This record gives sequence, C-alpha cells and structure tokens, in this order.
Amino acid sequence: MTLPLQDPQLAVETGGQPSTRSGFFRTVLRERKAAVVGLSIIVFFVLLSIVAPYISPYSITQQTCAVFAPPSGAHWLGCDDGGIDMLSELMQGGRISLVVGFAATLVAMIIGGGVGILSGYFSGWIDIGLMRITDYLLVIPDLVLMIVIADVWGASLFHVIIVIGILEWTSTARIIRAQVMSVRERVYVKRTRAMGASNTRIIWKHILPQVGPLLIANTVLTIAIAIYLETALAFLGLEDPTVTTWGTILENAFQRTAISSGAWWAIVPAGLVIAAVIVGCFLFGQAVEDALNPRLKAANLSVRRWRLRPLVGRGRDAI
Amino acid sequence: MRSADYVIKRGFFALVTVFVAITINFFLFRVLPGNAVTNLSRVPKASPQLRHALIVEFGLDKPKWQQYLIYLRELFHGNMGISFANQQPVSHLLIADLKNTIPMVTVGTVAAIVVGVATGVLSAWRRGTVPDHLSTNGAIFFYAFPTQWLGLVLLIIFAGYLPAAGMSDPFLFGAEPFWPHLIDIGKHMILPAATLMLTAYGSYTLVVRSSMLETLGEDYVLTARAKGLPDRRIVRRHAFRNALLPMVTLVALDLGYIVGGALLIEVIFSWPGIGLAMYDAIGQRDYPMLQGGFLILTLAVIILNFAADLIYFRLDPRISQ
Repeated sequence: MTLPLQDPQLAVETGGQPSTRSGFFRTVLRERKAAVVGLSIIVFFVLLSIVAPYISPYSITQQTCAVFAPPSGAHWLGCDDGGIDMLSELMQGGRISLVVGFAATLVAMIIGGGVGILSGYFSGWIDIGLMRITDYLLVIPDLVLMIVIADVWGASLFHVIIVIGILEWTSTARIIRAQVMSVRERVYVKRTRAMGASNTRIIWKHILPQVGPLLIANTVLTIAIAIYLETALAFLGLEDPTVTTWGTILENAFQRTAISSGAWWAIVPAGLVIAAVIVGCFLFGQAVEDALNPRLKAANLSVRRWRLRPLVGRGRDAI
Repeated sequence: MRSADYVIKRGFFALVTVFVAITINFFLFRVLPGNAVTNLSRVPKASPQLRHALIVEFGLDKPKWQQYLIYLRELFHGNMGISFANQQPVSHLLIADLKNTIPMVTVGTVAAIVVGVATGVLSAWRRGTVPDHLSTNGAIFFYAFPTQWLGLVLLIIFAGYLPAAGMSDPFLFGAEPFWPHLIDIGKHMILPAATLMLTAYGSYTLVVRSSMLETLGEDYVLTARAKGLPDRRIVRRHAFRNALLPMVTLVALDLGYIVGGALLIEVIFSWPGIGLAMYDAIGQRDYPMLQGGFLILTLAVIILNFAADLIYFRLDPRISQ
C-alpha cells in the first residue's frame, strides 16, 4: 500500500528514513565531521565579531604603539603603519567583512533563489529568458565587471555589497532551478495542483520548504565567495576608505610599505583568518550539499568552484 | 551534421555574450549616477560653460540610442576611445599590455594544471593514505587563501632572492642579446606565475581526484584488472585519460576567476599587463582605459570558453546526444 506512494527521490535524500527538516541538519552534523568543524569556525567568528568592541585590547582609531612594532607581550600581533594594534584591527575588521559577506549573500540569495524557483517552476519562455541571462553572466569575468561598476559608482560599503550581490547569484539560480524542476514533478505536488492550489501556494508551501536546505548550503558557500571578493575589491582601493575590514588591512599593508619594513605581522594573520572563514563556509556548505544532492557526488560536480555549470547536456535537465 | 549544429550553437552563444558585454559596458555609465564629465569638471571654479563644452565634446548631448550606435560603430573600427591619463588610444595601450599578460597567465595556468593533475591522480591512487590527506587538505587551503595575500606572502619570503617587481631589469634594456633578456623576463615571471599557480591548482586537484575515483570504479577498469594488467598501466592508460575530461570544462570555467586573480597578481608584482593598467586607471579615474580593459578581458574569456567547448566536443562526442 505504501510502496507506490513512496517517491524514490525522497528516499534517496533522507537516507530512507523519515526525518523532519530541522532533523536534517542534525543528521548532517552528526554524520559529517567536516560540517561540525565548518559550523564551529563560522559560529566562532560570528560571536567574535559581536563581542569584538568590548574585548578588543586597544582602540583601532588611536596610536597605541610604535610604527610597525613587532609582536610583543603587550601587542600580540604587533602594530601596523599607524601604530595601531593589529589584533584589535583584526577583531573589529572582521565585523565589517562578515557584514559585507552576509549582506551581499542575502542579495545574491534573493535574486538567485527567486530566479531559480521561477525558472524551474514555470518552464517555457520565463525559464528560457532567465537562464539565458544567467548563462551570459556566468561567462563574464565577475571580479573585472565588479571593478568597473564599483569604480564608476564610487567607493562605499553599500556599493560593494550590492555589486557583489548582483553578480554572485548565477550558480545558485542554476542549482535551485534543477532542484525545483525535480520537486515539481513529485506526486504530492501534482496532487496538490489537482486539488486546485494556486501556483503561489504551491511555491510557498511545497517548493520552497523542499529547496530550503539546498538554498542554505548555497548561502553558506556564497558567503565565502563574497568575503573573498570583498577583500579583492578592498585591495584595489574600491572599499570605503574610512572603514577597517580584513580586505583594507591587506591593502594598507601593501600600500604602506609593510613588506619593505619586514612587517610580516601586518599581513600574515589577516590572510589566515580570511582563509579560516572561507574554509569553514566551504566545509559546512559542501557537507550539507553532499547530503542533499547525491548527484553532486558525481566526479565533475563534486567540487563547487566559484561557478558551477553543467558539464554535459546544457539543455533542459542540466544541473 | 550534429557536430556542425553544436558548433554553430556555441558560436552563436559566444557572439551574443560578446554583445551583452559590450552593451553592459556602454550602459554602465548611463545607468549609474554621474558621468565622465562630472569628474572631469570637478576642478575648482568649473563654469557651466566648461561643463557644457565637455558634454558636447563627449557627445553626451545626443540621445542615448544614437550614442549607443556611435559606440558600436567605433568599437567595430577598433576605436576604444582615448585614455584620459595620457591621451593615447586605449586600444594601442591595452594591446601592448595584453602581450605582457598572456605569457604570465599561460605559464601560471599550465603550471596549475600540471600540479593539480599530478596531486589529484596521486590522491586518488593512494586514497586514504597520508599523501592523499596532505594533498587534499593542501588543495582546500590554497583554494581559500586570498590571491593577493598569497602574492604578498611569496613576496615576503622571496623578496631578496628573486626579482619582486616589473617584468625585466631596466639595466638590461636596449640592444642586448636575445637570451639574457629572455632569461631575465623568465626570472621576473617566477613569483607572479607561482602565485597564480597556487591560487588555481586547488580546485583541479579536488576535481581530478574525484573524477579519478569515479573512473577507477568503472567496469572497463575492472576488466583491465581482470586481464592482469599492471596497476601503473591501468591508471595511466585506462583511468587517467577519462578522468581528465572534466578538466577541460573546469579550466574553461576557471578562466574568469583566473583573469580576476591575474589582475590582483599584476598589481602586487607590478607586472605591466592589463590588470595593472586597470588598477592604474582606477586611481586616475581613467574610465576609457577601465572599460577597454574590461572589454578585452571579457572577450578573451568568451573566446577561450568557446575554444574549450569545441575541444570538449572533440574529446567527448557523447555531448551531442
């Protein structure tokens, strides 16, 4: 009796066991060590940024030691070109880097999730049109386009967020679209439609909850990309010059002769924390994505590059 | 017949993408607030007359569609405008820069492919052993380090031993013999190309590894093993070749990322390529240069993507089915 009703695809995803949606993340965390490590790193840095102004040892607007003072007991990570404590700068710079990362990702997720769901749910000309736009944007080198837009628009924090957000949604849209197309064909969705549910209702009540975990996995992976891009834009001088972020710390060190002064402490720690956050996002997002989508285990799709595009069959059912 | 269809389809896609890039390039200035004149006329006491004269000179008083047509026409004649900074034609400047960028990016990318494939194959072959863990974790980390940071760290480590800036030693310039000059450029290229290699190889390692693992599980590998072929031969002749297929697509996908990385690397090592030219253009508010750079880099990526599509099609005819 139950057999014909069971959807094989659903069985694959949940490992054959019935599980609730909040249970899904618990299962992932229990079964995948990488997810735990990744999530811990992310949570650590988020908590650190929240409490940074209260626990950072020095002010980041006042000179507290000699120019390029090496690490010492009082200043664990030394000082930068303005005699500002590096450790405090790293702790507080992380705040804005993470805010940019999260905010840009939010923009990207809204666009990417929206495009993916619309495109996957309503096939036909909406799908064709949206996917064409996605394809074109995928080919154009994003950092280069971002530089042009950010420079023409002017250097500011808000502009950096928007520029990253409006260019980093493409791979999300593709992945979500593929998932929506498979959810749409499931028996219960068809039955709901037969009972007269509207498109809006089906999307909100049935499609969105099903693609939710995948969207979250993608969000986490996109945060890593956004943080990376923020540091790149800041390095090129396109970030608001009045704020301190991990990207501007690197820019300052490069511009103001940290290298010829031999001040490695002004450069090395910043890169390590950026890499730690990116690896954390990568491990967690990857683990969730793997658990959700067995197809991603296939060789060519297993690594999430900055972009993802179908390897074969660029047609309708490509991921 | 099918293959001709495929080529035409991909070629058409590439052409439309070029057109989209050109259009984005044009409308960026018109959609965002401000234009070239806003910045140029920021001199103290800029009179409305000066502002108006500039607007007329740039043709900004004409309707948008007319500006667009003029832009397209000039672009097809190879005119990308005049650099604000030094009054030279942008196309001449950028083509000179492109000649410097191409060798560095090529060397870096090829090195990344070689290192990525080598470590990936090693990982898959010795799955679960210490070398596997080392190369997989190393790949993830190098993949996560910001490009500019890797460049700076290499600069700190090797600054005394290898040339750290520029493309050649100014004292060698002139009617020098060919070989010393080439060796000099090669030495200058080591650090930038190494940075590019380190930022790009990680994803190749991971993809080759999983692709190798997949092919090693295929029936024809089992058959080869059943025939009693030596391990080395199975890996080299049977698994390796098929495992390399995804690399073609991956390298093509990566081009945009590599171009972005190369831009940062050129800034760090003062490599006189398109990236450095664009960076200087940012500082000098030299918009024609910036747009020209964007257009040339985008064109390069689109053309190479198209080439990769064709190569992939030749390597794996299953794609047309």
